[in-house]
Amino acid sequence: MLQSWVIVLASFLYLGILFAIAWYADRRADSGRSLIANPVVYALSLGVYCTTWTFYGSVGRAAASGIGFLPIYLGPTLLFALAGFILHKMIRVAKTNRITSIADFVASRYGKSQLLGGMVTVIAVVGVIPYIALQLKAVSNSFAILASYPDIIMPAMSGAVPLFQDSALYVAMILAVFTILFGTRHLDATERHEGMVAAIAVESVVKLVAFLAVGIFVVWGMHDGVGDIFARAATVPEVARRLTTADSPATYGTWGTLIFLSLFASLLLPRQFQIAVVENVDESHLRRAVWMFPLYLFLINLFVLPVALAGMLHFPGGTVDADTFVLTLPMAHQQEALALFVYIGGLSAATGMVIVETIALSTMVCNDLVMPLLLRLPMLGLATRPDLSGLLLEIRRWAIAVILGLGYLYFRVAGEAYALVSIGLISFAAVAQFAPVVIGGLFWKGGTRDGALAGLAAGFVLWAYTLLLPSFAKSGWLPDGFIAHGLFGIELLRPQHLFGLVGLDEITHCLVWSLLVNLGAYIGVSLQRAPNLREARQATLFVGGAEAAGISTWRGGAGVTDLLPLAGRFLGFERAQEAFARHARQRGLKGIDELPADTRLVNFAETLLAGAIGSASARVMVASVVTEEPLGIDEVMNILDEASQVRAYTRELEQKSLELTRATAELREANARLQQLDRMKDDFISTVTHELRTPLTSIRAFSEMLQEDPKIDLNQRVRFLGIIVSEAVRLSRLINQILDLAKLESGRAEWTVAAVDVAEVIREAAESLTVLFAEKRVTLEIDARQTGLTVLADRDRLMQVLVNLLSNALKFVPADTGHVKVGAGALCVPGNPLRGQATAEEVRVTVTDNGPGIRAEDQEVIFDKFHQGAGTADVLTDKPQGTGLGLPISRQIIEYFNGRLWVESTAGAGARFVFALPRQAGDNADNAVSLQAEAGGVDLKRSGRK
Amino acid sequence: MNRSRLTAQRLAFLFLLGCFFFNYPLLSVFNHSGDFFGMPPLYAWLMGSWLALIAQMAWVVESRSD
Repeated sequence: MLQSWVIVLASFLYLGILFAIAWYADRRADSGRSLIANPVVYALSLGVYCTTWTFYGSVGRAAASGIGFLPIYLGPTLLFALAGFILHKMIRVAKTNRITSIADFVASRYGKSQLLGGMVTVIAVVGVIPYIALQLKAVSNSFAILASYPDIIMPAMSGAVPLFQDSALYVAMILAVFTILFGTRHLDATERHEGMVAAIAVESVVKLVAFLAVGIFVVWGMHDGVGDIFARAATVPEVARRLTTADSPATYGTWGTLIFLSLFASLLLPRQFQIAVVENVDESHLRRAVWMFPLYLFLINLFVLPVALAGMLHFPGGTVDADTFVLTLPMAHQQEALALFVYIGGLSAATGMVIVETIALSTMVCNDLVMPLLLRLPMLGLATRPDLSGLLLEIRRWAIAVILGLGYLYFRVAGEAYALVSIGLISFAAVAQFAPVVIGGLFWKGGTRDGALAGLAAGFVLWAYTLLLPSFAKSGWLPDGFIAHGLFGIELLRPQHLFGLVGLDEITHCLVWSLLVNLGAYIGVSLQRAPNLREARQATLFVGGAEAAGISTWRGGAGVTDLLPLAGRFLGFERAQEAFARHARQRGLKGIDELPADTRLVNFAETLLAGAIGSASARVMVASVVTEEPLGIDEVMNILDEASQVRAYTRELEQKSLELTRATAELREANARLQQLDRMKDDFISTVTHELRTPLTSIRAFSEMLQEDPKIDLNQRVRFLGIIVSEAVRLSRLINQILDLAKLESGRAEWTVAAVDVAEVIREAAESLTVLFAEKRVTLEIDARQTGLTVLADRDRLMQVLVNLLSNALKFVPADTGHVKVGAGALCVPGNPLRGQATAEEVRVTVTDNGPGIRAEDQEVIFDKFHQGAGTADVLTDKPQGTGLGLPISRQIIEYFNGRLWVESTAGAGARFVFALPRQAGDNADNAVSLQAEAGGVDLKRSGRK
Repeated sequence: MNRSRLTAQRLAFLFLLGCFFFNYPLLSVFNHSGDFFGMPPLYAWLMGSWLALIAQMAWVVESRSD
């Protein structure tokens, strides 16, 4: 019953069903209820990886090399284990940048280089066309074998068949029409084909079920389970060899290479990229595919080895091609329905591959090869045409036809030759050349366009030389002398033993050289220069893809119901409503409700919000309600710019916050100082009160004694009155000093400033204290012979300072042996001419005593208010002898006249109080004398003025 | 974000594990004629470890405690 017409009818019926599924899925997509927005569909559609090369070829490979067919499927499993790092990122980047193919991906990554896109397209086409030829061969062969039922006859060399009797030609033509119908019905901006994906998913199911059916039939229908087959195989030496693999380093090397190669192929083959990345509806679907797709591969390989072994047992002597065991085993057992089902399964594998691959390639050829060229031809005037979509579709249709035509041509020319057998791996090795630029481009920002071009070109050339040309030679298209003896007879250039590298199989050999040179050129040339602006921008977008994609924008729209509450949240509901109503009126609509959910409304809402919360925030807020759609590159650039604005703004904020922190610290410090001052004020007041109370108490005590006892004798009474008077004097002095200090501190003191002769003031002050010094028998030496020591000051105030210093000295020196010396002199203070400071002269007055001296740590403290120097208290009465205000007042006065007052002392060796005031200029003092020795300052220079 | 990072790293660990499972030298351990429940050891090992790896990948991505 398996006449040709039945097979043809079944084929067309199957293709018709596929087309109906695709058409339905497209309609569903148009109405917004996507059929393929489902992780299982996504995982199944990835099954396009399994072509006829898997469906028929795996068994063939297994018959030839045992388990050696398996690495081709272990590689993709491992790739999906890396999905979180590679695939996920690729999908995000592709969505963000509206990537439509792998050529687009590479071109976009390296600064949207058209040259690079074209190059990737050429490599992909050259690498994949033989693979398409393989599918044509598989379909036409399986048709021929099935049509010859019940005999099992291997098809003749296709080259021997006249062109128009060659079923492969019709297969190619039908597939071309079918692909055109699938892929170019309409132009979609994102290059997504929902209908096609749905059909591919169905095809994946069909081929899997067909293969499992054969497996089950072979294992349990023909034999008693897997164990039976293996047991029988073990008895036939020729077959038993397939149960293990040759135990040599080369075999394991090939094994590892194939895993590695298929890992890249399952990512970089144009059809894989199309399905996994471009057709991905939702990146969360990847999660399910991570295990489902490997599971699919596992299932479709489950019976490969048993079927291969059974085939070898059943068709001994190699009369039947092992590639056809899947079909011929059911045929040999008169399982017509199963055989037909297997044929349909093979057709599924072939059509799935051809459709997706040619659609992907046609997109690349159109977008990255033909259109850039056409747009460059000014005579066509394409650049000015408003609508190019029709032309684009035309180009794609032609591209599909041409690609399939080339596939057929390759099949026709190559025939049964070697070239077709290992074509799958040759194609894999070709697309593996994309690995450095794609993976590198995802993770390394330094890659440049030149590097990518160099790497791809070098890799492609080596691939062609070490793998493609030898395969041509083995097919007899090229003289095979150059394989054995090298190009131009140079031994080192033998294509499969390049530079003397031996011991590797041809695939590993090719990969070692091509990827080495590819990677080397890519990195080496990239490092020749820093990426230019455009490359750097794209690099940021691709390498930092996750962050860039995190910002969404609104190519889609959002309705009033979303935007109004959002705006209301920041503007107040009434204001927002008012603004929206105004916007509606401007657009000639009656009310808010009529506003369509479009980008214009979204932009309006954004602008509205931007006024309230800043443009960057507004964008983020609006993004939260706008339905996301993939972005155009320009939008992404805008977003990036804005993101950098946000970053700048953040930096500004950080700076502000830093300033605030600093200000806070300053304020805290100021507050602490204020608190300290407050405490000091409290201390001051309590001290003052205490100081005032002491004399008051004694005045009151003695007055009361006088009042209560009128009979006190006269001597006693005089003594009491003396105390009262002296305490009253002390009290008034204290009060005067406090007032004085208050005046000084508040700046309300009255000053009569005039030129004052310091020597004169010293003499006067000394004179006023002569009596006191005499009383204590302390010698007072005055060394102020020098004349003309004039300063600008208030004479009385200066006097006050001197008296204070002298009486202090008197207080501390011991009676009888005490010695106080007052000196005055002029000193020359060298200024720094570089800083424009003139050399200045100052007058220094020193009051030196031989008292107990002041400890270093007390030398500043004694200038604090109410501080009493150690030992000042009267031992008997425990009354302090001074007010503790003298030195602070003196310092205030001296500082008022731009002078300095300090003390030099070592404990136990007397003290010397020094004050320095600027000498009045224009004064004709002869020179400065005498003080030099006393000052002892090495940095001070004697004035040489005449 | 953290969670998916963790998932990605767990998967990457399985990737390394798979590289070890499916390559020399571990393969040479099973590469001999023999019988493992009626199957050649190499075939049993590869299919078994492959399925186990897929199961672990499924467990890693599908188990979400949150």
